[in-house]
Amino acid sequence: MTAISGPKADGNSLKAANVGRETVIIGLEVHCQLNTASKLFCGCSTGYRDDPPNTHVCPTCLGLPGSLPAMNRRAVEYALRVAKALNCQVAEEAEFARKNYFYPDLPKGFQITMYNRPLAERGYLDIEGDEGEKRVRITRVHLEEDPGRLVHMGTPDRPRYTLVDYNRSGIPLIEIVTEPDLRSPKEARRLLNGLRTTLEYLGVFDGDQEGALRVDANISIPGSERVEVKNISSYRGVEKALTFEITRQKGVIRRGLKVKRETRHFVEARGVTTSARSKEQEHDYRYFTEPDLRPLQVRDWVEEIALPELPAARRERFMDQYGISPEHARTLCGELRLADFFEQMAECGAPLLAATWVADTLQGELNYREMEIRKVPPAHFRELLGLVDRKELTDKAAVEVLRLMLDQCVAGEDVQTPARIMEINALGKTTGDAFTGVVREVIAECADAVRDYRAGRGEALNFLVGQVMKRTRGCADPKELTRILREELAQQGS
Amino acid sequence: MVRGATGRDPLNAFITLSEIPPRGPGRLSGITVAVKDNISTQGVETTCGSRILEGYVPPYDAYVVDLIRNEGALIPGKTNMDEFGMGSSTENSAFGPARNPRDPARVTGGSSGGSAAAVASGMARMALGTDTGGSIRCPAAFCGIVGLKPTYGRVSRYGLVAYANSLEQIGPMAGTVADTSLLMEVISRHDARDATMQDRPYFPKLDGDIKGIRIGIPAEFFGKGVDHAVAGQVRKAIGVLEGLGAMTVECAMPSMEYALAAYYVTCTSEASSNLARFDGVRYGPASDYKKPWHEAFQECRMQHFGPEVRRRILIGTFALSAGYYGKYYGKAQVAREHVREDYARLFRDVDLLAGPTMPTVAWKIGEKSDPLAMYLSDILTVPANLAGVPAVSVPCGTVQGLPVGLQLTGRAYEDEQVMNVAYAYEQGVEA
Amino acid sequence: MVSEEEVQHIAELADIGIGRDELPPFTRDFNAILEYFAVLDRVPGGEAGTAEIVNVLREDMVTPSLPQEEVLALAKAAEDGFIRAPRVM
Repeated sequence: MTAISGPKADGNSLKAANVGRETVIIGLEVHCQLNTASKLFCGCSTGYRDDPPNTHVCPTCLGLPGSLPAMNRRAVEYALRVAKALNCQVAEEAEFARKNYFYPDLPKGFQITMYNRPLAERGYLDIEGDEGEKRVRITRVHLEEDPGRLVHMGTPDRPRYTLVDYNRSGIPLIEIVTEPDLRSPKEARRLLNGLRTTLEYLGVFDGDQEGALRVDANISIPGSERVEVKNISSYRGVEKALTFEITRQKGVIRRGLKVKRETRHFVEARGVTTSARSKEQEHDYRYFTEPDLRPLQVRDWVEEIALPELPAARRERFMDQYGISPEHARTLCGELRLADFFEQMAECGAPLLAATWVADTLQGELNYREMEIRKVPPAHFRELLGLVDRKELTDKAAVEVLRLMLDQCVAGEDVQTPARIMEINALGKTTGDAFTGVVREVIAECADAVRDYRAGRGEALNFLVGQVMKRTRGCADPKELTRILREELAQQGS
Repeated sequence: MVRGATGRDPLNAFITLSEIPPRGPGRLSGITVAVKDNISTQGVETTCGSRILEGYVPPYDAYVVDLIRNEGALIPGKTNMDEFGMGSSTENSAFGPARNPRDPARVTGGSSGGSAAAVASGMARMALGTDTGGSIRCPAAFCGIVGLKPTYGRVSRYGLVAYANSLEQIGPMAGTVADTSLLMEVISRHDARDATMQDRPYFPKLDGDIKGIRIGIPAEFFGKGVDHAVAGQVRKAIGVLEGLGAMTVECAMPSMEYALAAYYVTCTSEASSNLARFDGVRYGPASDYKKPWHEAFQECRMQHFGPEVRRRILIGTFALSAGYYGKYYGKAQVAREHVREDYARLFRDVDLLAGPTMPTVAWKIGEKSDPLAMYLSDILTVPANLAGVPAVSVPCGTVQGLPVGLQLTGRAYEDEQVMNVAYAYEQGVEA
Repeated sequence: MVSEEEVQHIAELADIGIGRDELPPFTRDFNAILEYFAVLDRVPGGEAGTAEIVNVLREDMVTPSLPQEEVLALAKAAEDGFIRAPRVM
């Protein structure tokens, strides 16, 4: 566990203190659910999310008397992959420990975690800092089990009783603790994204699953006490929670008061942190070695682990192999599925086009619809890119087609091919002659613009082009239209 | 379901009399094997001698229950015990003490007192007990039967309601060494669900030939706390072994000085954690839902845990708490290592150690009320648990009509040899 | 020597109730036992033992879970498949 109390007299903090009053000191404790098939200490399936409560439990994860834990080999392998990818030193011998406290979501009255002898320590992850690339130190990586899930009945002001679902109890968690090297909420968010992406590339984590990632943040303003913020479960949430905390703490200081060293809860819906009730504060967890499990001596396993291509390496390769820009590379590699999708598209032979379309256009449309990339039919998208590449569709029309396609995805309908959509909606790029009629119409109706054009005002031509495009629903290529109009006007002018 | 001393069970050996049938024929066909009530039996109430598990019916069987049923055993019911195994007399049972068949006004010993009484009175031919600090050997000695604490890691703990995980083992109890050995053979199969086990099943080797075996007699086993008459009986028994060809060697075991303290710090610490799960939410008596969590939790435990259990939880919590961990739990683990080293040193010279199982014979029910005095009676049995080595108690006569036990301790995974020496004594004495 | 207040505090840490009239005898016994434990102070320094057996692991295979009805049958109060517990804040 990180044990920081305000700024330490180490290099990073001193530099921070010198940089300015605006600086804050942030460390994160990140918990991610590993996507093994079975739980950490028993064979219950981890695919509990769509199922009714208490249907993925057994004597072990329910904490029935007489049950024993049996450690999942794959969870250990996954944790070692993470340790290696984060450049950590794996312990010669690691052991599990009991963290003792009482809560209804904790069936045994203790959590099996790692304390004095974690799996790995002293690593790092490079991220895009506020002032250029930055190395964030990783304090430790270890395994622990998830508790169950509570549902509070009644109202927040008048709670009546609690309902418990133990499906989540025993799910394997990897805990990654950073040194307090982060200097802003944005850096914290980037670190979190970097961790998420790395874990996804390693194939050990599915970030799309609800609640699969939880963060506790430690934040202090130089000279003040440290505050811990718990219950953050989204990337945006991290930035919001920390921004709120900074404002709150600065407000306290400005009023001449001291920032209280405490644990606070983040309430995502309201974007605020609230003081946690006192019972949670100074806990004596009475850690001791878990007597039912054997220690791990797994340093030599790490040698055998072949890491897949990680985000940084993939970025480099994308730029080398496909010639795409660093910005596009960063965007595309920021999410495993996005990078995979792009590479599928790049096979069509026009990687630069694919990069723009995937990183900019598609991403934008997906964000707007809060849609996941895995819902996009790759063959259809590839076909669309082909049409654009061969100039059979204008950019604008292609966007139309894409939107219609995605709308069909979202609505759960059969998704039509771009060619079909093109046909039905008459979005195909028509040749110049088809437009002649419309062009003449526009020239006839927009006498003022024509006059301006003849008077030498080039922009009037753009206006005329726009008019034609409006009437042809963007099916015409603007460049071609410009040419046609010029010709037509020249002809008429004579 | 029958509860409390009744006509059927005047010794109160059982908490639940409810037959569990065998699953098929085997080496235990036709044999009744009683099961201590801290071992989970599917569909049959399992209370651990405590009110906090009254009404708890496990949805699964302990592995040892599977094993004996598959070998044809008939289980007559669940035997009485000190609450959660905490005690040396079975007076700490929430369901009344078990009574010694030799003298029903006296204790059976504990915590597997019900199992011992069941076997000694003929209600069952064999029984399963559990031994954390002597809980099989003590009642075996007091009731005049045979009881083996196996090497730690030789019998699966899956389904054993945990009291002190690093110390306890399920073990066999019966009227003869041969029966005890047979039961041990059946239950010592490897179970992948118990990570503290090794895959080294027990194969009986009872030939009674102990010529040349070297037996150490540590002076500390006959120290000042040991009753003279008891010591006399045990020395006579060792004489029998010498007559059969064993060589005895006087030796010393200095770690005995702090073994008991190390034991009680360790077991109470582990217990304080193991018993944290009893909150009435998932099983057991209902919590009061009108109260907030911590209050309801505390109340449930105060009402349903007996005073000895609460005392040990407090001691264990204290021993693990911030500021005291190093002085107590930390030191206890170092002390434990010394006990292991002492055994290792002794076993380089001798093959077994011999001495009395208990410093006295069975006391009268209600006679010992001081907790510390009760703990001190474990002085001779706890070292074997600390080191994880096998130890058997075999009856060796009586003092004023009350049974005395001879304890034989051997190297880890040499349970076979320990049992064979016990067998030799048993046969030698009868001869 | 541990005082009655300290015993009360430990009881709170352990979430175990002690009745008011139980507190004096509990404290007495507690102190007697702690005094006995003092022998540990004389244990020569040294380390706890090293592990002989390591890396006991299980393959990542799914095995059947308990049926929901059995789980709920163990609890005294269930609601819509959930298990009921006293309220936490």
